[in-house]
Amino acid sequence: MFDALKKTEVYKSIFRHSYQDTQRNRALQIVDNVFLHLHPVRVPRHATNIGYTWGMGGITFLLFLVLTITGIILMFYYRPTAQYAYEDMKYLMNDVPFGPLIRNMHRWGAHAMVLTVMLHMFRVFLTGSYKPPRQFNWVVGVLLLVLTLLLSFSGYLLPWDQLAIWAVTVGTNMARATPLLGHEGPFGAELGMRPDNDVRFVLLGGTEVGPPTLLRFYVGHCIFLPIVASIFMAVHFWRVRKDGGISGPDTGKKQF
Amino acid sequence: MDQLLEILSKPDNIPIILLLVSVVFYSQLAWSKARKNDNQGVPDEAKQDDKVQVWPYLVRVEFLATILIMAVLVIWSIALDAPLEEPANRALTPNPSKAPWYFLGLQEMLVYFDPWIAGVVLPTLIIVGLMAIPYIDINEKGNGYYTFKERKFAVLTYVFGFHVLWVLLIVIGTLFRGPGWNFFWPWETWDPHFVGVLTNVDLSEYFGIPTRNPDNTLNPAAMIFGAVCVGALYTPVGLVWIQRQNSDLFKKLGFIRYSVVAFLLLSMVGLVIKILLRLGPPVFGLNPVKYVLVTPWFNI
Repeated sequence: MFDALKKTEVYKSIFRHSYQDTQRNRALQIVDNVFLHLHPVRVPRHATNIGYTWGMGGITFLLFLVLTITGIILMFYYRPTAQYAYEDMKYLMNDVPFGPLIRNMHRWGAHAMVLTVMLHMFRVFLTGSYKPPRQFNWVVGVLLLVLTLLLSFSGYLLPWDQLAIWAVTVGTNMARATPLLGHEGPFGAELGMRPDNDVRFVLLGGTEVGPPTLLRFYVGHCIFLPIVASIFMAVHFWRVRKDGGISGPDTGKKQF
Repeated sequence: MDQLLEILSKPDNIPIILLLVSVVFYSQLAWSKARKNDNQGVPDEAKQDDKVQVWPYLVRVEFLATILIMAVLVIWSIALDAPLEEPANRALTPNPSKAPWYFLGLQEMLVYFDPWIAGVVLPTLIIVGLMAIPYIDINEKGNGYYTFKERKFAVLTYVFGFHVLWVLLIVIGTLFRGPGWNFFWPWETWDPHFVGVLTNVDLSEYFGIPTRNPDNTLNPAAMIFGAVCVGALYTPVGLVWIQRQNSDLFKKLGFIRYSVVAFLLLSMVGLVIKILLRLGPPVFGLNPVKYVLVTPWFNI
């Protein structure tokens, strides 16, 4: 019966090759799959050694996917206005089926992602993997680190509780001291910066963390920053391949 | 001690524990690998350069890692609820008010610097400095394997920045900073009424030059003294270049690369000096230093 199924046009249009364990099928398994073809067909043995790679880059990407999915689910239950935000959080934690699980996964996943990004960077540094020809990909990686921190920080405000509003107040108070662009920063006042027109005002949409800030951070957290991060991630992964795959010692052999 | 356990058991501080454990674990792992590679001359990674098929050898590792991470995350999320405190209230400021844990190193910097340095200049320098690494590190060795012997300077600098200036300060900011951002040892209980008696002085006042005149205007002599101090930190950049510009290393580096390395490195040293100027004197019963340079526009 299964054999008959395999001969149908529908089956063959979906699965292009058989599953016999041959070299050729192992290769096709990678190149004929839109998700797996991010990988080369073959890699040096040390690339599969978790003691070398620590797997932190891959785990970071996995966590980003988890955060995207749980984040979309959370968006169904959350309204980014000062009037409703906190009530929606209470509703989510007390009445929505699996609400606490989804929110907790989003929160802990976000913390874990900050950590795995740092560890990934540490590993890449220690193995000297930023050296030629991978210099630019390291720069992209630093941008992704910054984006991760911004994503985490902008999400911190959304529960609209005491923890959120004061952590973000402490964080964004720094902006008023920006040289030239902040009203308390060096040369800020001389350039006409006031609390209601400096860089912090632009960031918060007001002179203090208030309802407009919540909306700004929400849009940034759910739309702007994830899109920018996705673009840089695409560049990051593509460059890993283009720069010769995973780093390794130069043993005179060609990488591909 | 109860205080420490209470902070550590806060669900939002679990990442700090994970950070500490993982940084120690991975540092030790990398160190043992680097030492092994250095001892045997040929790195392990070079011995494992034969090709294997990604399917199944790499994909299965990724698959297992995914299952493991998802299991840990789900268990973590079932066991511990994310915090949800009282509704946001601008009229009620918690003491201490803390930023998210990954920014606490920078918040700790506020003790030693004005916000324009701690909150704006330092983060910018960190980001730009990190991005510059591949372009200023011209050591060709140590590309693609763990090693310490072949790039001691690079590894030590990074480890100092990451372990001490980033991780350690985050830990201090989380565990040891209580109400009023005062320092409390783990065995002390956070006392919200504690007022640290600190009489801050400026560095120039240690040398008998008051920062302000009796009529409260700034003393130009103190300003010049401060500028000389800050200048003295960076003067070695030029002097060393003049003296050693013809050496092989310096020729290979070039002036621009050398200046960037020296500037970033001395800024890091300056940061440590400022921390010591603040923390050191009270140990000997002296007043901590607040500013090195005071100007009408900014203070350092």
